[in-house]
Amino acid sequence: MTRRERQSFWNGIAFTAPWLIGLSVFTLYPVVASLYYSFCDYSVLQAPVWTGAENYTRLFRDDLFWLSLKNTLIFAALSIPFGTVVSLSLALLLNCEVKGTPLFRTIFYLPSIVPLVASSMLWLWIFNGSYGLLNFALNPILGLFGAKAPTWLTDPNWAKPALVMMGLWGVGNSMVIYLAGLQDVPKELYEAAEIDGATPWRQFWHVTLPMLSPVIYFNVIMGIIGSLQTFTQAFIMTGPDGPPARSTLFYALYLFTTAFYDLRMGYASAMAWILFIIIVILTVFATKWFEKRMHYGR
Amino acid sequence: MKLRVLAVRISRLIACSLVVVGCQKKTDDKVHITYWEKWTGVEGEAMQATVDAFNRSQDRIEVEYLAVSSADRKTLVATAGGDPPDVAGLYTYNIYSFADDAALTPLDVFIQRDGYTVDAWLGRYYPVYADMCSYRGTVWALPSTPAVTGLHWNKALFREAGLDPERPPQTLRELDEFAEKLTKRDPKTGELLQIGFLPQEPGWWTWAFPLWFDGQLMDGDRITAQTPENEASFDWVQSYSRKYGLDAIKSFTSGFGNFSSPQSAFFSGKVAMVLQGVWLNNFIRQYAPGLEYGVTGWPATPRGVKDFTIADSDVLAIPRGSKHPDEAWEFIKYVSSTNPKAQRREDLTGMELLCYLQEKNSPLKEWSPFFEQHHPHPHIDLFRALAASPHAASIPKIGIWEEYRREITNVFEGVRLLQSTPSAALDYCQARVEGSWTWHTTNLARRAAHDPNPAAKTTRP
Repeated sequence: MTRRERQSFWNGIAFTAPWLIGLSVFTLYPVVASLYYSFCDYSVLQAPVWTGAENYTRLFRDDLFWLSLKNTLIFAALSIPFGTVVSLSLALLLNCEVKGTPLFRTIFYLPSIVPLVASSMLWLWIFNGSYGLLNFALNPILGLFGAKAPTWLTDPNWAKPALVMMGLWGVGNSMVIYLAGLQDVPKELYEAAEIDGATPWRQFWHVTLPMLSPVIYFNVIMGIIGSLQTFTQAFIMTGPDGPPARSTLFYALYLFTTAFYDLRMGYASAMAWILFIIIVILTVFATKWFEKRMHYGR
Repeated sequence: MKLRVLAVRISRLIACSLVVVGCQKKTDDKVHITYWEKWTGVEGEAMQATVDAFNRSQDRIEVEYLAVSSADRKTLVATAGGDPPDVAGLYTYNIYSFADDAALTPLDVFIQRDGYTVDAWLGRYYPVYADMCSYRGTVWALPSTPAVTGLHWNKALFREAGLDPERPPQTLRELDEFAEKLTKRDPKTGELLQIGFLPQEPGWWTWAFPLWFDGQLMDGDRITAQTPENEASFDWVQSYSRKYGLDAIKSFTSGFGNFSSPQSAFFSGKVAMVLQGVWLNNFIRQYAPGLEYGVTGWPATPRGVKDFTIADSDVLAIPRGSKHPDEAWEFIKYVSSTNPKAQRREDLTGMELLCYLQEKNSPLKEWSPFFEQHHPHPHIDLFRALAASPHAASIPKIGIWEEYRREITNVFEGVRLLQSTPSAALDYCQARVEGSWTWHTTNLARRAAHDPNPAAKTTRP
């Protein structure tokens, strides 16, 4: 390195220092510390005591760990496919050239800018079994068949699907990404398909979907990460112990209660690392699955 | 070169401004202490008035009242970080888990320094409140405002149902009978329109049912979730779902509004009898003015205990690492004191001022003439008698209570929703809490071996 290069290197360091310090103090250090604490008995109020793999072996014998994992995976298995279908469909509709497209796009995106806490409070009312908007609409229809709409958040069988439905309201972000992806699909591919006599459905299946595959891949990965960490909706709408009957006890909720109500920070750190590993594994699987099906249009 | 000078200057500027902010000092020579508390609204204003009265009563200490949401968890994190508030408003169950972790300053030393014996000091309180503040032979906190619970009944609905509006149920059997008489259904659809009583309304003390049925949750150091009495209590809980129909109850209760709203089950006349605390009167005045109601103790237990009740209290404690423990104690002492001769509203001080404004009973045995005779709560005498009851029960004093409570609530939910039998649910609860309890005690022993004297870090006067 010449003197000049060295100088500009240190200048660079000096200017990025605030970020470097921030990253190491507020992100790197806590991450490393939590790995260490996950092998300790640690209540945050006293010095950690090294206990080896005890937290991990206990976790595998903890029913609530398995229950919360199961709840979370069911939630993810419902919300990712539904979310993908709904946001992709919306994007396709909003991609049509009709009058007022920008207005419709804005309207469909709007729910995503509502803070999760606020929309949770709103949906609490929508799901209300007696006075809720949803049952107000559903009951007259179901009444024709002599059935009644469930009470959603107070019914152990319907609380999770209710939270999935609420999630669909906020698909705006992935919808916008799909929309951008749709506009990148080369027009000539559609023209070629049309000349070959492809119906709109076959055009979608053989042109749009393959060309969108990288975008779908991205959204699915983000969906996996997001849905496995679901916390706010359940914490606000049902409660920290995941009522009714622990049907909405998600992984992040159990982790939070363990850490901040029971003061078992070491145990909670172990849970956080296991969740991290699960997310990594699922991401790898998703990547493998998409690898063969991904088209970059090159 | 110039760039580097600029970068260095910017960082210096940031550093300097941080130092300036950190060094700002109060200009008067009073000792300023911070007090974190969970209350807002009427109860917060009452505490603020008490703090103001303390600040006026002397010129050495200034208490700064700060309403903090989830004050207990924030106190915990701040204590761990070494910068806690000087006084923290906590829940009773916090005492035991915080004390297990040496996160609180023992108050015995202060009490003795002021010339009292601990027994004499605690003897001023009704036993149930004195008991909840001491743990493992040490006093860790003192009551700020207490609560005690009773059966509230809607007199108008009693009259409608042909019951004597002045005679509440005396026993559990009567409670069930009255509840049936007070229940109305839509003659066509069979849907519930009104119900006499529901164990889950409000469902805040699911752990109280076993105690009410003469059972117990702890026997010395042993977890006793699974006992015949406890099982009987959950059999009773389940009997309501069976008798009135789970689906009917589900759809009926889904229309209940929030507790603090005119649509709440009791205020709107949907439920005729509820177990509720001394504070309910405040909410009735606000949301259901004119509601004709009466209060009595809990109906007698199966063994015939007549004055059973559940008592609880908010407490004041000095977190470990408080910068001004002596001044913090002065404030807690003020809140624990009264003017026994108070004849007028202006004479009220400390505990009585606070409880008068919050319209609750005082936890102290001695009440001043004004507090006794002009208390704004029309049924305060009943609550005073309940607080004095030798059968007033409170939560078991264990560091894992929060988890135990969740498990009991899970039993309650599973049983109420007819998902499990009381026996199976309690078996599960017993096994789980027992496991957690063993782990907790092992951890405490291990921590003690690792750091033999964690209390040394506790601020001593």
